[in-house]
Amino acid sequence: MDATVDVGLQRLNFVRAPDTWVTKLFDYKPFLVFLCLLPSMGLLVVFLTYPLGLGLWLSMTDTTIGQPGHFVGLENFQELMDDPVFWMSVTNTIFYTVVATAGKFTLGLWLALLLNHHIPFKAFIRAIVLLPWIVPTVLSAIAWWWIYSPQFSIVSYVFVDLLHWSDTYFNFLGSPWPARWSLIVANIWRGIPFVAITLLAGLQTISPSLYEAALLDGASGWQKFYRITVPLLMPILAVALTLSVLFTFSDFQLVYAITRGGPFNTTHLMATLAFQRAIPGAQLGEGAAIAVSMIPFLIAATLLCFFGVGRRKWQQGEAND
Amino acid sequence: MTDTTVEAIAAPTTDAPERLSWDSGVKRMVLVYLPLALFLIVLLFPFYWMTVTAFKPDAEMYDYKTYSPFWVHSPTLHNIYVLLFETNYPQWLITTMGIAVASTFLSVFSSVLAAYAIERLRFKGAQHFGLAIYLAYLVPPSILFIPLATLIFQFGLFDNPIALILTYPTFLVPFCTWLLIGYFKSIPYELEECALIDGASRLQILRRITLPLAVPGLISAGIFAFTLSWNEFIYALAFIQSTDKKTVPVAILTELVTGDVYQWGSLMAGSLLGSVPVAIIYSFFVEYYVSSMTGAVKE
Repeated sequence: MDATVDVGLQRLNFVRAPDTWVTKLFDYKPFLVFLCLLPSMGLLVVFLTYPLGLGLWLSMTDTTIGQPGHFVGLENFQELMDDPVFWMSVTNTIFYTVVATAGKFTLGLWLALLLNHHIPFKAFIRAIVLLPWIVPTVLSAIAWWWIYSPQFSIVSYVFVDLLHWSDTYFNFLGSPWPARWSLIVANIWRGIPFVAITLLAGLQTISPSLYEAALLDGASGWQKFYRITVPLLMPILAVALTLSVLFTFSDFQLVYAITRGGPFNTTHLMATLAFQRAIPGAQLGEGAAIAVSMIPFLIAATLLCFFGVGRRKWQQGEAND
Repeated sequence: MTDTTVEAIAAPTTDAPERLSWDSGVKRMVLVYLPLALFLIVLLFPFYWMTVTAFKPDAEMYDYKTYSPFWVHSPTLHNIYVLLFETNYPQWLITTMGIAVASTFLSVFSSVLAAYAIERLRFKGAQHFGLAIYLAYLVPPSILFIPLATLIFQFGLFDNPIALILTYPTFLVPFCTWLLIGYFKSIPYELEECALIDGASRLQILRRITLPLAVPGLISAGIFAFTLSWNEFIYALAFIQSTDKKTVPVAILTELVTGDVYQWGSLMAGSLLGSVPVAIIYSFFVEYYVSSMTGAVKE
């Protein structure tokens, strides 16, 4: 609030330029609104709204790189219907999203509750907890790739050579299911900090007097968690869940960096498959069709998270946003 | 979470039953510190492993029997030397930095104006613009990159860093605008009304009152935009082809991963160096970061 005081004390002398048509124009509100919205709306319309429409159009053409396509109707989608790799990418994406989100929110909530205690070096711990979220995903994914190395995996070393729990080194990325789980673990690792810090902010808005009242009423720890913490956390949980589901569903970087969709196209997500078909495979139309197929899922997931969880926001009367 | 309040109440009373305090001490150790330590180990281990590998000579890196893999016995700068002098890594760093700075300025500039218009000019339909920007934030880059690639090609910007400077705002502008709207809301409108009465024009108000007060918000928006563009991957992968114009994340994955034998030392050194700029910025502004992150989500 120092700045406020400054403005209050400092005498700002507004030198009014003589009223020319230019100054009049700049005080004409509709013009000013137009001017202020022009850069952002210009960028968003040209590079976001238009490409969204263009993507829909491309998905109905047979465009390849370097060759403008012709309208082919729903042919791309019909081909995808009979494409086992596409269907596997759909089920992979759904599985990946559901499991990774569940993991992130369970562990993230737990971490948030732990950080909500009075602990020494709290600010420092909170700061380093966010690191996995700050560091470029591809770079930490490369670290995970190295951790999942078939010959030199540190995890295998610990389990085989130190603990002797297993005889052979794990082949994390060599077969479909271990590879999928490995990707999910890396995704959960990257997502925990965001969930934890967001929910921690939510936890800190809950008034301690509620817990004191519950204590006087003889509530147990679990009851306090279930009846006070969870309902009051719901609004912020809904927003965090929506964003998390959305970005997990459309994830590209982790999978591209760690498995590139392999082994034998069994770990492709829809985004990586779209990339593979469109850019290295040059089939822009087909890639666009895969990307467009993500849209209904994204809309459904967003609505489900936001209204499914966020509904409670107005049930409890006073919203805390 | 079980007993924060219990302790808050119990702490000042020194004559609490001894059993209770012992009990809560052990309980706290098991329920709070132990899981917290596990979380920290798991969350930080990949970075430790990255760092350790980056400084290991090849002999140690692939021989776990003779050398314990958990630390470096004879640290070497060889991997970093290779990276800096035998690859285009410095060039990639400069390119990434330039793209990140340029797209950050472009995005923060457009976002400030947009947020000011939506939050402060109070025109009819401002809420709809706010909602549209929020929705724009929900459009993931992975459904946009294919049509954007054709668009970039038509503009003749393919394989040109300007393509990235222009496309990064698609996710930076919604985020920054959202953050700044929240920030402008916290500045009392009365200050602007006073200035209006004193005869200031709208642009004078923005420049001399609102912006100076919004500096913390601008810093938050700036560092977020910078980190997000530094981390961006899919557009940089799709729109840039020549080796010397690639950004760090893309270059490490496409240029350093060659053939069947991976140079893990250089890969880890590259990842480490590529993370450092973001980590430094983060460490300077960590409070802005945490508060605006939670603030933006709460809005």
